[in-house]
Amino acid sequence: MQRALTLYNTTIGKKAVMAASGFILLGFTVGHLSGNLKAFAGPTEYNEYARWLRTVPALLWGARIALLFAVLAHIGSAFQLWKRNKDARPSRYQKNVSVATDYAAKTMYFSGPILLFYILFHLAHLTFGGMLFGEGAMFGIEGYAWEVSNPYNNMVRGFQHWPVVIPYVLGVVALGVHLFHGIWSMFQSLGANHPKYNHLRRDLAIGLAALLTLGNLSFPIAVMAGYLEPTNLTFHFPELM
Amino acid sequence: MKTKNLTLHVWRQDGPDAKGAFETYTAENVNEHMSFLEMLDDLNEKLIIEGKEPIAFDHDCREGICGSCNIVVNGYAHGPQERTTVCQLHMRHVFALGWSEIWLEPWRAAAFPVIKDLVVDRGALDRIIQSGGYISIRTGSARDANETPIPKPISDRAFDAATCIGCGACVAACPNASASLFTAAKVSHLGMLPQGQTERFDRVRKMVAQMDAEGFGSCTNHGECEKACPKGISIDFIAQMNRDFVKAMVTSKHDVEAPNDAE
Repeated sequence: MQRALTLYNTTIGKKAVMAASGFILLGFTVGHLSGNLKAFAGPTEYNEYARWLRTVPALLWGARIALLFAVLAHIGSAFQLWKRNKDARPSRYQKNVSVATDYAAKTMYFSGPILLFYILFHLAHLTFGGMLFGEGAMFGIEGYAWEVSNPYNNMVRGFQHWPVVIPYVLGVVALGVHLFHGIWSMFQSLGANHPKYNHLRRDLAIGLAALLTLGNLSFPIAVMAGYLEPTNLTFHFPELM
Repeated sequence: MKTKNLTLHVWRQDGPDAKGAFETYTAENVNEHMSFLEMLDDLNEKLIIEGKEPIAFDHDCREGICGSCNIVVNGYAHGPQERTTVCQLHMRHVFALGWSEIWLEPWRAAAFPVIKDLVVDRGALDRIIQSGGYISIRTGSARDANETPIPKPISDRAFDAATCIGCGACVAACPNASASLFTAAKVSHLGMLPQGQTERFDRVRKMVAQMDAEGFGSCTNHGECEKACPKGISIDFIAQMNRDFVKAMVTSKHDVEAPNDAE
């Protein structure tokens, strides 16, 4: 009897989907950080960049749809594998010692959901325009005036308030931990291995996870240290409306 | 010569569908030069004399190559010593750790039903081999050495994978009860050699399909299997299997046979 086996129906296929979607999301986080680092170049640079991102709606929406698809594929395959793996060991060990794995690998099912909630929070905070925290909004913070055409001030003023800083720091740390295992795991799942380069996979995972964690933490630190301050310049960008 | 009394908490289970539980025994005057299995033999003799049911455990060669003696000792598949099966674990190694209380459990996986106590049915691994872990072309009788040129690094790597004794410690140690390391070793040692090339991509599809059908979990790249493996088989082979499998699924023009029924 012949039977067509589609790639996704296999455990290895699901891991390949997980790795490929993870790679797309990793690419986004790198781009996202490099764009945001323009904050250190000044408010005009930062806001011009934000405006530029929205000048070609087809590209903007193309990227958004691709990211949404990657997130759904990542979560969908993770959930299906989690269920399968749970069923593969119905009776648990009384004593169980881990000899090889690390904290990051063991907590992927925690850092993942934390990241999901963080991303929703982050979008509600900055993309959907002060829906959560802008003065007069649902969890409006007094003194956090929302300026539609001034993403720089929205970011800087946000980090002057603990209710914004705390979830942000938690999210960024969860991202770093998730990537420490995820980046290494991605190579393994896609079969990208070669005896000559294998040791570099862990180095790359550590390097990128550290870069993204420290890079993203630099914003709240710079704001709270007073290095980045709200600007008095006014901007008018219809693209950001 | 050092002797010691040990408290053993042993998993007792009458059959695949029976409910198991731990029972506590004392192994008296355990000699440091006993192997772990000899210590259990000694305890079983005592149980038989007392008219009790001896502890069932699997064993065959007792020289570390058959892969039968499968016990999770205090949370370690095959015990705490690296690259050592339970039969080759000696009580001096256990004494050196200062253990006086030891928990003995069977391999725990949905695909490995408990036959009795510490003995599990590893037929799932046999069915993975049956699904494609062989060469079906006739390769002739023994050839002259070096008649078929194989680069030394390739033959070494193939041999590293071929050292798998099919004990299932990788499944036991895996947080997901995945048989990825076993399947990868079996896929790779044939896939790297000239005789195995013809069926390389069909083989990986068939064996992975059977692995999935048996109800093993997926690989989440923890690396526990590699450390538990008495032969120290590297998880690099899992990456190699993943690559061959994805390639086979994307490029193959025909279907392969359906997996055998899992029991």
